[in-house]
Amino acid sequence: MTTTAWTRKDLVALDALSADEITLLLDTAKAFKGVGERTLKKVPALRGKTLVNFFVEPSTRTRTSFELAAMRLSADVVNIAATASSLQKGETLKDTALNLEALLADVIVLRHSSAGAAQFLAERLQASVINAGDGSHEHPTQGLLDVFTMRERAGRLEGLEVAIVGDILFSRVARSNVHALVKLGAKVTLVGPTTLVPRSLESLGVRVTHRLEDVLETTDVINLLRIQHERQRKEYFPSLGEYTSLFGLTKARAARLKPGCLIMHPGPINRGVEIDSDVADGPHNVILEQVTNGLAVRMAVLYLCAGGARAAV
Amino acid sequence: MSAIRITNGRIIDPANDRDEIGDLWIEDGVIVAESKIQNPKSKIEEIDATGLVVAPGLIDLHVHFREPGQSHKETIGTGTAAAAAGGFTSVVCMPNTSPAADNPATISWIHERAADIAKVNVFCTGAITKGLKGEELAPVASMKNAGIVAITDDGHCVQNNEVMRRALEYARMFDLPLLDHCQDYGIVGDGIMHEGEWSVRLGLPGWPRIGEELIVMRNIMLSELCDAPIHCQHLTSGGSIRLLREAKARGVKISGEICPHHITLTDESLKGYDSNYKMNPPLRTEGDINLLVGGIADGTIDILASDHAPHAPYEKEVELDHAPFGILGLETEFAIFCDVLVHKRKAIALPRLIEMLTINPAKLLRLDRGTLSVGAPADVTLLDPDLEWTYDLTKTPSPSRNSPFHDWTFKGRAVRTIVAGETVWKL
Repeated sequence: MTTTAWTRKDLVALDALSADEITLLLDTAKAFKGVGERTLKKVPALRGKTLVNFFVEPSTRTRTSFELAAMRLSADVVNIAATASSLQKGETLKDTALNLEALLADVIVLRHSSAGAAQFLAERLQASVINAGDGSHEHPTQGLLDVFTMRERAGRLEGLEVAIVGDILFSRVARSNVHALVKLGAKVTLVGPTTLVPRSLESLGVRVTHRLEDVLETTDVINLLRIQHERQRKEYFPSLGEYTSLFGLTKARAARLKPGCLIMHPGPINRGVEIDSDVADGPHNVILEQVTNGLAVRMAVLYLCAGGARAAV
Repeated sequence: MSAIRITNGRIIDPANDRDEIGDLWIEDGVIVAESKIQNPKSKIEEIDATGLVVAPGLIDLHVHFREPGQSHKETIGTGTAAAAAGGFTSVVCMPNTSPAADNPATISWIHERAADIAKVNVFCTGAITKGLKGEELAPVASMKNAGIVAITDDGHCVQNNEVMRRALEYARMFDLPLLDHCQDYGIVGDGIMHEGEWSVRLGLPGWPRIGEELIVMRNIMLSELCDAPIHCQHLTSGGSIRLLREAKARGVKISGEICPHHITLTDESLKGYDSNYKMNPPLRTEGDINLLVGGIADGTIDILASDHAPHAPYEKEVELDHAPFGILGLETEFAIFCDVLVHKRKAIALPRLIEMLTINPAKLLRLDRGTLSVGAPADVTLLDPDLEWTYDLTKTPSPSRNSPFHDWTFKGRAVRTIVAGETVWKL
């Protein structure tokens, strides 16, 4: 356990955290993972607190994971989805959030299509704001759960070779992964087409390659991102088929991976696109373990930001 | 008859290559050599300009005053008050009002409104195309009759090269220059900040330099083809400066302007997602700033402007990608240029700065302003180039508050603004 004290009200971006803070989050998550394995899965850490899941962009798994995490900490939970929210009636994000705070919400978990939306709220609210994904910026709890899974399985992060494959340019998952991994000493390579993995990404402290073959035999972890071809405004690559032919983890490519190489995916997976269906069900993947770990990570985040563990500031 | 004698100032009148200590005489709103009124002395107002610079009234050829249609952001009254406070005696309004200034009735309305409430001279541009849509030519001749000084679709950019070519050819018939907001829509898409390390880090869609440079290049080629002037507005890319330099050396009638924020702030400013750093075109890099300042220093750029773009606080205080582009500029414009270009970087001397803010825009738009020649309208700005002051946004006459320069300290300021012999603002 590190001795770092947690002083933050919000979790907006892993880019802003120190290595010690990230380690503290991971260590706290490890402790909470044990709670999930008990018969009685609840602790009273957030009893009497109200958490609002404010999702201005559709999500099932992240919202459910936050909801369960909050319930296990004994918080009361309200879910607000974009279609039901007043944002569609022309109210601004700021006004909606102030209204939620006026209802005495202690924690607001925000999913939003605009990069910077979580920081915008964090600066304006007394409540804790937890970023559950803001545009193409960050998805810090996903980054933490990925790193948590890697640390647990590989036993270390320092020097670990991690390849992240796919649509990096538009991926908040990739950004959060990169920031946490780089801070904790892993060696990250981003893999994907030149149009989605521009050289400017090297400024984040990573390697960039446009050939999956460059990393197959050396990487300890391969994290495959979901390709969202249908949502892209411009032509970044001609077709899903062509993407798969270049960057899909086919059976043949999977066979070249190091023994014990972890296969990860933030979900939901496109079978036959980023990953061959059999490979997705194969022995090396930790995709469902990521989901389980997500719960522990989100408990840790909620506990540290809103649970009174925070030192007075 | 009334007379004003501005005494003992450093008179800088670049149009006449004049830079000397002396007295400036104004009679009935016009510059004169010396007033015939010698007695009684009580009829002569004396303004002591000892230690100050006496310059032609500054001209900003790029402002958005939001009337008609968006008076919650700015009115011609509040906008011209900000202009006066910045030392500007003439401003040129962009046509992206609501409705757009794409017809003579709207132009006339703006002139009438200005006659009622403006503190400084207000000149109008007319749209190039109807509704600023880039498709059909607006009625240029009728708008010329209503008094426009240029055509532009500013805020928008005509994408169809054929439409642009015909607009340029047509405007030439009326001696109207064309001002262009250079932005290739295909390349820029929904980009909101400079494409580079920071856009990648912040997860924001990029607005790359090439989106500006392609249109600058197109404009150079069309200007050459039609032998007609195009003025490229608010340039941000070092590459645009290189293109302009090369074209001007060949005698192409192309010009460009640069705004204060583009030589003081970089894309990194957006790291807190503060919409007061969101402008179109976007803030770029230190490298671009050096090339822009280089273009100012070597004369490639001969006009400076603010792109004064007010937006109400509630409009700006939203998610960054939903916030409108643009910032206030008139009150801090001279101060920033003087501080950065004259004092800090020593890129140009004060007379050249005054030239770029007076006679150069006047020449481009064929205004009878921007000089202290005998017989010219007595638009005069008194400047203290060494005065240190701090900008307090809460005191702006504008109803908007979208400036990133609150609490910045600058060296150089206008201290008195005189329009047609009347003092409209003084410190």
